[in-house]
Amino acid sequence: MTPALCVAGVDRSFDRRAIIRDVSFALQPGERVALLGHNGAGKTTLFKMILGFLDPDCGEIAVLGHRPGSRAARCATAFLPEAVAFQKNLTGAEVIRFYARLKGEAPRKALSLLDRVGLAEAADRRLGTYSKGMRQRLGLAQALIGRPGLVLLDEPTSGLDPISRQDFYALVEEVAAEGATVLLSSHALTEVEARTDRILILSAGQMVADDTLANLRRAAGLPIRLKVRAGEETVTEVASRLGGERVNGRSVELLCTPAEKIGRLAQIAALGDLVQDLDVHDPSLDDVYRHFSRIATTDTGRAASQHKGA
Amino acid sequence: MLGRILTVAALELRIGMRNRWIVLATFILAGFSLALALLGSAPAGPLGIDRMTVTVASLASLSVYLVPLIALLLAFDAVAGEIDRGTLLLLLSSPLSRAEFLLGKCVGHFCVLSLSLGIGYGLTAALLWSSGEGEMAGLLDFARLIGTSTLLGLAFLAIGYVLSASVRQASTAAALAIVAWLALVVLYDLALLGLLVSGAVDSLSPSVFPVALLLNPADAFRLFNLAALGASDLVGGMAGVADSLPFAPELALASILSVAAATLCLAVLMVRRIVP
Repeated sequence: MTPALCVAGVDRSFDRRAIIRDVSFALQPGERVALLGHNGAGKTTLFKMILGFLDPDCGEIAVLGHRPGSRAARCATAFLPEAVAFQKNLTGAEVIRFYARLKGEAPRKALSLLDRVGLAEAADRRLGTYSKGMRQRLGLAQALIGRPGLVLLDEPTSGLDPISRQDFYALVEEVAAEGATVLLSSHALTEVEARTDRILILSAGQMVADDTLANLRRAAGLPIRLKVRAGEETVTEVASRLGGERVNGRSVELLCTPAEKIGRLAQIAALGDLVQDLDVHDPSLDDVYRHFSRIATTDTGRAASQHKGA
Repeated sequence: MLGRILTVAALELRIGMRNRWIVLATFILAGFSLALALLGSAPAGPLGIDRMTVTVASLASLSVYLVPLIALLLAFDAVAGEIDRGTLLLLLSSPLSRAEFLLGKCVGHFCVLSLSLGIGYGLTAALLWSSGEGEMAGLLDFARLIGTSTLLGLAFLAIGYVLSASVRQASTAAALAIVAWLALVVLYDLALLGLLVSGAVDSLSPSVFPVALLLNPADAFRLFNLAALGASDLVGGMAGVADSLPFAPELALASILSVAAATLCLAVLMVRRIVP
């Protein structure tokens, strides 16, 4: 089967500064993939190359087997740019009809998409009265016109409240279930949550991770942090018996692997009255993300960290 | 292809109506032309010349200033504004080609401009006609004025697109548009006049000046309209030139059209190079 998107060994630099370095990945039809990276990591540059607005310096990109920017590729791709602002004095229905005509679809049929993203009632209102979540859902409705094979969403949920974000991902899930491949970018792993099949992490222009969230967690091998609270008098004894590090006068912090976790908890429980409280911190999504984005910055040394600061 | 051009044009026309652009432009054109027709025609009676023709002569001079301004204000946002709003990324990632995008904008803006001119000047013509002041010839003069004004507008729309495609911010494009208006409509004539008076280009003037006038759509428009009216005895000034032109006035019209076409081609080429 032809991959929906195939990126192979792509490099791109601006003013001799490498923005994308040797990036390769492939998306299979029906996959939901999140592309993560902080601001300036090269996400938007990558999108512009996939859309054919920028040419890679070297390497190959194929959109459903077509050259990026060719008519066949554009007809099969839908894109929602970051922070798109439609004319405020048009209505939602007018915007959808306009893009339907550009894409050669029946405007009336496309209007049903407004219903699907929950904007049916607001269809005849001007965009000036829309909330941010509504505008983003309108953008998604626009992207879904004509059942595209590849849907590219550039930071679609940034600035949305948690409820709007969940609604948005529910829609993305439906779209992928119908066979479209969805590639969406974000700058935080917490935002994409568990709503994607696979996660790509771009850091300083390099692809540092390409796997499912569960595998990434495992590969990161981040320790579990146990925080034991003791009294002011007992904290020294607790620290010496558990062998952890003392923090802020009355707590002890321990790091352990998932395999050691239960044994450690038993040790702590055996201390009885010496312990007042216990917090268990699994590594958060942000910790996992930070772990992977650090790889590139330490690998490439000073140049990369300078770029990150810029 | 035509379908997509018309789709873009129709949206542009709709936006023009929604944001009151058409109403405002029509209002300005109608206001000025009615004022000229009603107040400025007092001395024309005894001369025995058709009152509509006199009004058209005054309106031709007004159009030289107003029409380029309206056209530039319509056009400056076309590319830079879409980049600003992020919609150019969206438009160009759809099957719309860049030439279709710009031509669609152009057709839409041309319709906005033609509607404003047709209604604005048409109102004045209708008023003069209904008050029994006009003859058939006067009505034709009005039709010619409206037609050539839209042509002048087209040339300045194209200039506006070139400016808009050369920057990435709508506000910069707006500033450039005002500079272009000042340079082409006001300063260009002053500069030519200065050269003429100073005698610096004395030996060149017979061949250079007519060409210089033809190259600027605003001057070419004025030349053609005043020559066509045979209005030298009415308005003087530039009209004196029209009588002693070394070429047929129709050449001026052809010149506006070719400047418009060439500038529009340049704008399309520039839009092709943009990374949205």
